[in-house]
Amino acid sequence: MDGFWPLLGDAIALILAWDPALIEIIGLSLRVSLAALVLACVIGFPLGAVVGAFRFPGRATLSLILNAFMGLPPVVVGLVVYLMLSATGPLGPLGLLYTPMAMIIAQTVLITPIVAALSAQVIAELNVEYDDTFTSMGVRRPSRIAALLWDARFSLLTVALAGFGRASAEVGAVMIVGGNINHATRVMTTAIALETSKGNLQFALALGVVLLTIALLVNGLVMSLRATATKTAYA
Amino acid sequence: MREAAFDLTPHATPVAPLLMEARGLRFKTRDRCLMDGVDIAVGQGRRLVILGANGAGKSLLLRLLHGLSRPTGGQILWQGAPVTKAARAHQAMVFQRPVLLRRSVSSNLTFALRVHGVARRARPAALAKALADARLTQLADRPARLLSGGEQQRLAVARALLADPQLLFLDEPTSHLDPGATAAVEDMLHMASSRGVTLVMVTHDAGQARRLGQDAVFLHAGRVVETGPVERLLSAPRSPATQAWTQGQLFFDDAIL
Repeated sequence: MDGFWPLLGDAIALILAWDPALIEIIGLSLRVSLAALVLACVIGFPLGAVVGAFRFPGRATLSLILNAFMGLPPVVVGLVVYLMLSATGPLGPLGLLYTPMAMIIAQTVLITPIVAALSAQVIAELNVEYDDTFTSMGVRRPSRIAALLWDARFSLLTVALAGFGRASAEVGAVMIVGGNINHATRVMTTAIALETSKGNLQFALALGVVLLTIALLVNGLVMSLRATATKTAYA
Repeated sequence: MREAAFDLTPHATPVAPLLMEARGLRFKTRDRCLMDGVDIAVGQGRRLVILGANGAGKSLLLRLLHGLSRPTGGQILWQGAPVTKAARAHQAMVFQRPVLLRRSVSSNLTFALRVHGVARRARPAALAKALADARLTQLADRPARLLSGGEQQRLAVARALLADPQLLFLDEPTSHLDPGATAAVEDMLHMASSRGVTLVMVTHDAGQARRLGQDAVFLHAGRVVETGPVERLLSAPRSPATQAWTQGQLFFDDAIL
């Protein structure tokens, strides 16, 4: 086996050559993780806001469940989604197993609790600050939720980033429900696992470099947005 | 309608139709009674100042009257009837430290207009007037939280007045402001009062009480110990606590009921 540095050189050469197989895998990975992130935010932000801002029966239990589910093992999520989508499962007739949609569903299930639980913390803090003012103004619940979500938008970006990080780095669930099928459901993490086991280390490392670069870029973007927001006192 | 009489002495405050009244107001935590047997009457269109040392219960009284905290005893009446959620819609409050949304000045006001159900087509004119009244027109697009303390408090007053309240509560609205910024806020309050808005204000500042107030209530250890016209209460206080406070000898009020 070559040493690390020659391998890294080969990996970077692959990336710079815009290798079609590599690009296809990166493209699908981004599509799946971003779609899961959007769904998780659509569900998780309002859910987190309700848990963070209001008192209602069962709130503590819901909060406990969300926090516990933040650490859901991906393979367990994969297994449950597999059972739901398999031919004998309740969603079997939809024929989604081993499709990108199945992977999106699995990742959504995996990261929605993260997005919701972290949003709840952000919103709860902001609600403490706004509560008297909103109560005095007579702000109704839906408007209150919308206002809290909007005013917490820069903090929620960081929450979304945490969700994206978890989704894009996850391998167990997408492997089970996607099947790692070439040109169909192969994403960066499953491809890295496969190519490593095959000994195609340049390809695996190239995907690893891309994965890390995406994480760095997204983090950098969010950090700069937050810095701008802090400067304008919008964060 | 009943009338509010703030003092039963020969120097009694002029009477006014009664807007709000509290009877036997009480607030008790698990181990402390912070307010006990407070009676207070707020006349329509009047300017009432609530005075007292730190810890006397002034801010708590405002919170109870405005419905931000729930009393453990007593009754609050609005125009003679038990106060309802609908009645609260005719009230607004300005806090000591304004809590402004993380948005621009105009967005803060637009939010209030939306909350108060002002029709979309009427909003631009209402916004322009509120900005002009608060002397913030030039700063309309600035992030609200980057304004100076005085500008932020003027924005908070303007936002509260967009509710078109009959009664405006003010909890030491200028305690952290310099004299110029204080005067600007007081101008807005005089303007609101001249339009018929009733003011109930907590203040530590005897000068401000004289400039803004007509009627006064002095709280000590969670009880009303003296009421009357501001000028009389400050120049010829009758209760020992009021006398001590006006002489600068009562700073903290930590008596436990």
